[in-house]
Amino acid sequence: MQYLVSVIFDEEGRATAEEEAAIDVFNDRLVAEGHWVFAGGLGAPATATVIDNRGGERLVTDGPFVESKEFLAGFWIIEAADLDVALGLAAEGSRACNRKVEVRPFL
Amino acid sequence: MTGADVREAITRAHRDEWARVIAALTRRFGDLDIAEEAAAEAFAAAVERWPRDGVPPNPAAWLTLTANRRAIDRVRRESKRDDRHREARMLHDDDPPEPLGAVDDARLRLIFTCCHPALATETRVALTLRMVAGLTVPEIARAFLVRETAMERRITRAKAKIRDARVPYRVPSAEDLPERVSGVLAVLFLVFNEGYLATGPGTDPVRPGLTAEAIRLTRLVRALLPGDGEVAGLLALMLLIEARRAARLSRTGELVTLDEQDRGAWDAGLVAEGHRLVRERLATGEPPGRYQILAAINAVHTSARDVRDTDWSQIVALYDQLVRLDRSPVVALNRAVAVAELDGPDVALAAVDRLGGDLAGYCPFHATRADLLRRLGRSGESRAAYDRAIELAGNSAEIAALTRRRDRLAG
Repeated sequence: MQYLVSVIFDEEGRATAEEEAAIDVFNDRLVAEGHWVFAGGLGAPATATVIDNRGGERLVTDGPFVESKEFLAGFWIIEAADLDVALGLAAEGSRACNRKVEVRPFL
Repeated sequence: MTGADVREAITRAHRDEWARVIAALTRRFGDLDIAEEAAAEAFAAAVERWPRDGVPPNPAAWLTLTANRRAIDRVRRESKRDDRHREARMLHDDDPPEPLGAVDDARLRLIFTCCHPALATETRVALTLRMVAGLTVPEIARAFLVRETAMERRITRAKAKIRDARVPYRVPSAEDLPERVSGVLAVLFLVFNEGYLATGPGTDPVRPGLTAEAIRLTRLVRALLPGDGEVAGLLALMLLIEARRAARLSRTGELVTLDEQDRGAWDAGLVAEGHRLVRERLATGEPPGRYQILAAINAVHTSARDVRDTDWSQIVALYDQLVRLDRSPVVALNRAVAVAELDGPDVALAAVDRLGGDLAGYCPFHATRADLLRRLGRSGESRAAYDRAIELAGNSAEIAALTRRRDRLAG
């Protein structure tokens, strides 16, 4: 079972060196224990571009699809047996990156 | 067997076996929705067939078997339709249960799943009442003054989240157990409190159906976790409060406060059982948690034959102990009520007034102030405090009692 752990934040700018170090330790653990699938940090919402090609005519818009105070700053995709395991890992991830996280299952 | 006997047998089977049937089916089919539907169908079949064919010798086995067949029918129907979809519906139950002594009743897993911290509190309450207590959706909707469709949606969403996010169906690990048990107890206490003092104006002020249900569920949890002090504490607390139910409401529908209750109308059997539990916990010598302390406070109250015989110093000492565990201003307010009896209303009022910032919107804060001001002869201020308490009160019997107290004020 895979879960998306989204990192939620309300300030732009990168993680501090201390946070980066804690994230590395956490990532190593995910790999060692077989939970690691993928992870990454994202550029600021202002760097986003929205494409709508539903009508066959490519429509390009500058900026994120939804403006909000809080935004997605990065994410992990983890492998976990059930929600309790996923929540336990997410709690450590939140501590490591020093930000709130949201846990959602993949279908 | 008469028709009434059969009806009685069905009611009893529903009360005693609903959770067991749901739990057994959830364990086997890994899906709360399948379990709920099949259990409901099995009970409907009983209503139809038992009056005709007679009550089976083992009603629980009959119900489980019938529900199992219904569930298998549904799974077959759905697997024809969409195999992968069915697989996705499976709750996972492959881990061996955490060792918990000899205890691993499927009902306990069910309770922990329904009270999972990933669900909103009101959802946990609704799901527990539906899956464990067997209340119908309309009954739960009525209990919490929510529209039936809204309650149906809430329960459906919860079942989908449990399935899709794979909320595990198991007893939590020893490490997580105390926190998870306390989550379960919070749900049971919420159900109890809604019955003890209904919050809405549109319902009966006291609803024995809900307090009885909460006590029944707490007894079940106690049977499953007999060594847990807080479970015993909560059960004792509920019993000692429930014991006073008949004396809590006057003939004219007013709430009667503890000091004015007819203590002869208390249920001696429940008092004795509550006291026995409190003594049992004291004898362990383990440090008590919140519910055990609250139960001990209620044991002191229910030991006094007359309010004048109450051991207030003991009660204040217990509140001191509680304040160390729970810094909430509500606990401080209740402590002040006991302090008024020990050190006088002026000392208590000073303590209560310090809580005004936190509790300005809390009815009991103003009711307590009003009472203390009345005892200090400050009628004008007391009247204003009663007015504020009445404005904030939602319970009709409480409003009646506060209004009478206010109107009795001199001048």
